[in-house]
Amino acid sequence: MRFAVIQFGGSNCDRDAHYVLSDICGVDCDLVWYKDRLSRSYDAVILPGGFSYGDYLRAGAIAARTPVMKEVIAHADEGGLVLGICNGAQILAESGLVPGVFTINAYPKFICRSVHLRVEATDSPFTSLYKSGDVLRIPIAHKEGRYVIPEDQLAELNARGQIAFRFCDESGNLTPDSNPNGAVEHITGILNKNRNVLAMMPHPERASEEILSSDDGKKVFLSMISHIEHAKGVTC
Amino acid sequence: MIFLAKITIGLKEGMLDPEALAIRHALGNLGFATEELRTKKLFLVRFDAADAREAEEKAKGMCERLLANPVIHHFEVEVHR
Repeated sequence: MRFAVIQFGGSNCDRDAHYVLSDICGVDCDLVWYKDRLSRSYDAVILPGGFSYGDYLRAGAIAARTPVMKEVIAHADEGGLVLGICNGAQILAESGLVPGVFTINAYPKFICRSVHLRVEATDSPFTSLYKSGDVLRIPIAHKEGRYVIPEDQLAELNARGQIAFRFCDESGNLTPDSNPNGAVEHITGILNKNRNVLAMMPHPERASEEILSSDDGKKVFLSMISHIEHAKGVTC
Repeated sequence: MIFLAKITIGLKEGMLDPEALAIRHALGNLGFATEELRTKKLFLVRFDAADAREAEEKAKGMCERLLANPVIHHFEVEVHR
């Protein structure tokens, strides 16, 4: 099993994601500079957080049009797992791998703090080790994270169970105060139709060890590993 | 022939524009009462095309493929020689 974390100019959570996968989860993980492309086959590709291309034009817009993203799209089309975290999520939306867009927060400032998330869909390779309704405490750090999608596509997302996470309060309620960026229906984790791509604004790699005050995000990575092990026919 | 395209990208009607709200608020603090304020981005792009029609098509292609995000934006294109 092998993961890739793709580094763009301006990525800054690449090493955190690599550390969680290799040191905490104990799987093989390569840091891949975007110009080096995907030179071998990977079971999962992580697009990490950061500010690729300085967030010029729109967050994620320019990284989404780099040649390596054609390879990431091909990897996803073949059923490979793709996880986009924060700037990685913005890149996934800009590249069309998930519907909708992450745009400037309703109150237009950078927010960096722990928030609560409610797990919605658990029938995905990224959330299978959670229970539906679990409340997680995971940090966010973004200025362009408000999820927007046309109404007809939103209805489709809900109907297909493509929503992985929603912002909530500590009891799991969707109150106005618990939606830090004004996302439509509190949405902050979106699966693609085939459920092998997840875009999420919160940072699970920053909440994967108790010493960092929460390891609620670790199961995102463990779910992916478990999914890959099962797909390979390995019992764990 | 070299053409200059003036490409204006704005938010679709009804989309929340938090930057515009903040700017309008600041103008209010300076004593400027305003009824409405919208932000747009202007791109001036110079490039070669056979004629005005091709220049316009190229400029629209730039919008559709990169400069605008069709989920939230609309765009206007003007080409000049």
